[in-house]
Amino acid sequence: MFGKLSWAAIPFDQPIPMIASAVVALVIIGTLLWITVKGWFPYLWREWITSVDHKRIGVMYTVLALVMLLRGFTDAIMMRSQQALAFRAPGYLPPEHYDQVFSAHGTIMIFFVAMPFMIGLMNFVVPLQLGVRDVAFPTLNSVSFWLTATGALLVNISLLVGEFARTGWLPYPPLSELRYSPGVGVDYYLWAIEIAGVGTLMTGINFVTTILKIRAPGMTYLRMPMFCWTALAANLLIVAAFPVLTATLAMLLLDRYLGFHFFTNEAGGNVMMFMNLIWAWGHPEVYILILPAFGVFSEVISTFSGKPLFGYRSMVAATMAICILSFTVWLHHFFTMGAGADVNAVFGIASMIIAVPTGVKIFNWLFTMYGGRIRYEPPLLWAIGFMVTFVIGGMTGVLLTVPPADFLLHNSLFLVAHFHNVIIGGVLFGGFAGYTYWFPKAFGFKLHKRLGQAAFWFWLIGFYVAFMPLYVLGFLGMTRRMQHYDVPEWHPWLLIAAGGAILIAIGIALMIAQLVVSIRQREELRDATGDPWDGRSLEWATASPPPAFNFAVMPHVEGQEAYWQIKQRFRDESLPIEEPEYEPIEMPRNSPTGFICAFFATLMGFALIWHIWWLVIAGALGAYATFVVFAWRDADERRIPAEVVAQIDRANRAARARLQNASVPA
Amino acid sequence: MTYIPFTSAPDDPYRMGQQRGVHGGGHARGYGDAGPAPKRVVVAYGFWIFLLSDIVMFSAFFATYAVLHGRTAHGPTAHELFDTRNTAVETACLLASTFTCSLASIATAVRNKPWFYAAMAVTCLLGLAFLSLEAREFAGLVGRGAGPTRSAFLTAFFTLVGCHGLHVSLGILWLLTMMAQVFAKGFRAHIERRILCFALFWHTLDIIWVAIFSIVYLMGASG
Repeated sequence: MFGKLSWAAIPFDQPIPMIASAVVALVIIGTLLWITVKGWFPYLWREWITSVDHKRIGVMYTVLALVMLLRGFTDAIMMRSQQALAFRAPGYLPPEHYDQVFSAHGTIMIFFVAMPFMIGLMNFVVPLQLGVRDVAFPTLNSVSFWLTATGALLVNISLLVGEFARTGWLPYPPLSELRYSPGVGVDYYLWAIEIAGVGTLMTGINFVTTILKIRAPGMTYLRMPMFCWTALAANLLIVAAFPVLTATLAMLLLDRYLGFHFFTNEAGGNVMMFMNLIWAWGHPEVYILILPAFGVFSEVISTFSGKPLFGYRSMVAATMAICILSFTVWLHHFFTMGAGADVNAVFGIASMIIAVPTGVKIFNWLFTMYGGRIRYEPPLLWAIGFMVTFVIGGMTGVLLTVPPADFLLHNSLFLVAHFHNVIIGGVLFGGFAGYTYWFPKAFGFKLHKRLGQAAFWFWLIGFYVAFMPLYVLGFLGMTRRMQHYDVPEWHPWLLIAAGGAILIAIGIALMIAQLVVSIRQREELRDATGDPWDGRSLEWATASPPPAFNFAVMPHVEGQEAYWQIKQRFRDESLPIEEPEYEPIEMPRNSPTGFICAFFATLMGFALIWHIWWLVIAGALGAYATFVVFAWRDADERRIPAEVVAQIDRANRAARARLQNASVPA
Repeated sequence: MTYIPFTSAPDDPYRMGQQRGVHGGGHARGYGDAGPAPKRVVVAYGFWIFLLSDIVMFSAFFATYAVLHGRTAHGPTAHELFDTRNTAVETACLLASTFTCSLASIATAVRNKPWFYAAMAVTCLLGLAFLSLEAREFAGLVGRGAGPTRSAFLTAFFTLVGCHGLHVSLGILWLLTMMAQVFAKGFRAHIERRILCFALFWHTLDIIWVAIFSIVYLMGASG
């Protein structure tokens, strides 16, 4: 009846997962109780859960990312403390638990923090910057989000029911094959990532179509804001790379479930084929993460320097060059495989070449700031912190592309330091810059400045204290994923690294405090005009938060920096703001399809993990039925009358006119 | 004049070359300054992107097959197993179904329901014939002890060909759903767009089958 599932799956004898699950359960029950008492369920269902509005979906993606960041960071604290304690001692985490912790940490941070963070920002910003009302496929967008949430949910269920993978964030065979990992841990990993991966693939299709086919009149390719270009590159990479991930993990699933021989040691299977396939996805994946962050920094640096982005066209070329080159370097993840000196040399040189367009970008950002009127608001702090940190991470990366050096550093803590250097210093700082930059657009008030500055400094210093020692440890020969060790030279560096993790924890606490304080002081921090930073692209041309239809009248774009040009013309010629002709707007109707689909996907995923076959069939039928019901509906759009559009738009125009009158001398 | 799908879209503002834009009547020059494309163009374009991603997934399975096709673990080889006559009939079924699928598209364009049902029904039957031939082939192989667990070569073979078969099965489910939708609601704009996507899907499966036929069966039987 319940397949492999029984009471034995719940680790009653292990206090740490039990306590962690109890805390999570208390938080969830508490939140649900609070929502019930306040009577917010209908509102949440109507306005958020069933929403197909790209802004709402973007906010939900970001919330998912930030919540999962807490979970992933808890894993990080556990690893740092274990390694600080486990010098000639067992520490407090037994090996089988420690292995799950580092696997879950990597999986969560990449798939459920970095990805939803970047996709959330793209969702919120790209249609606004393109001057349009929604993405190409709004309901599909909702399905994408809820499937990503399904993946995150399955990973978290594994905390209480069963176990998580002990194989690292990429389940390398033969360790991940049934013979060496007989439990459900690898299955949790595989189904969670397969389901979330389908969601991500649909996001990629959606955004490529949106950016290439749906833009405001006059928005030619070379007038698009930089963030749209990097989002386009990232989504092209998603479309080209994620199917490979789906196929690779499907092969491992077939090995585990049906006794196939893709990656087994027996019957002619080829283990190294897994490494090739997974990194053919995995290397583009790191650019899927970093390219949108590059876009955020381009927007932030240009806005807070009060200048157009330096070298816009070279930036576009660099972005697209990275997009293509990212598919030519995957082998540098396993130089030690023994493909031979010639193959390694080719991939080593290809990897070094990627540093060139990245260097172009760094110089463009520096020249954008040069001679600018710089305002050191928190988003710019994150951008400057990024530039310094990312250059260091990039250089250690180039060092690793030298195959002989890589033979020494492969799988050492030097590598761990390198990729945290570029992912925290690049992707996460980019996410935080975007979060602080676009928060007023999403919610109508700014985030508290001083707390934001404090959080930035704790994060930045904490990062250096936590990860620079790891470079040293790599040179001292410490390999990654060690549950205990007995080399006395390593111990002090690991203590310092643990101290860095504490500084980062303070940074996270300050970010939570910043959010709470900002919500309480929202009236003082209010953004009345919709343009709090003196922005340059179209998202600042509408109210904060934007109305459901984004723009009352679709903007006509006449050059780069569409909104800046409009503002300049009005400032220079002190034109009166004329009211346009309002027309009714058709918007897509909300739909529970995404949520219901994800519900069935969760059931199916859970049933597949535990071999509950009847539930698999029920889940598949339910998902199909959901699609048919969706396909059968007659009215898929709702009409917003012209009077309502006018009423909403006039309020924003009045606020902008007040600002203009204040700034233009009579 | 009736517009028949699969030619380049005349109303796509992002099409290369001089043409009238949709918004404001300006001339679009192929780099997209004419505003959002109409819904039909957006849907078909998005579905093309999906099909490309599907082809990328198949390419991973093809690559795997190329790596593993010699790893027979002292078991049967491609040369001993493949029956090209059966495959030729399968190919004929699938190619014929592409023709009838195109007839269904034309029937949709001219809004002729009887022809649409007839063409879709024949497409469905040809698809089912293909699937039953494939199932018979698979059952025969398993019966001879040459199932997917026998060797890495057979693992890769069953996965690649089976993945295509799974796509055909889902295509048939989609086909029947579309017939039911046209029956219940007629040729509405959004249903026409779905028929367009279905046709693209069905033709893509044909392209993939041609690759499977050439690389797996013809090269296997000759080697």
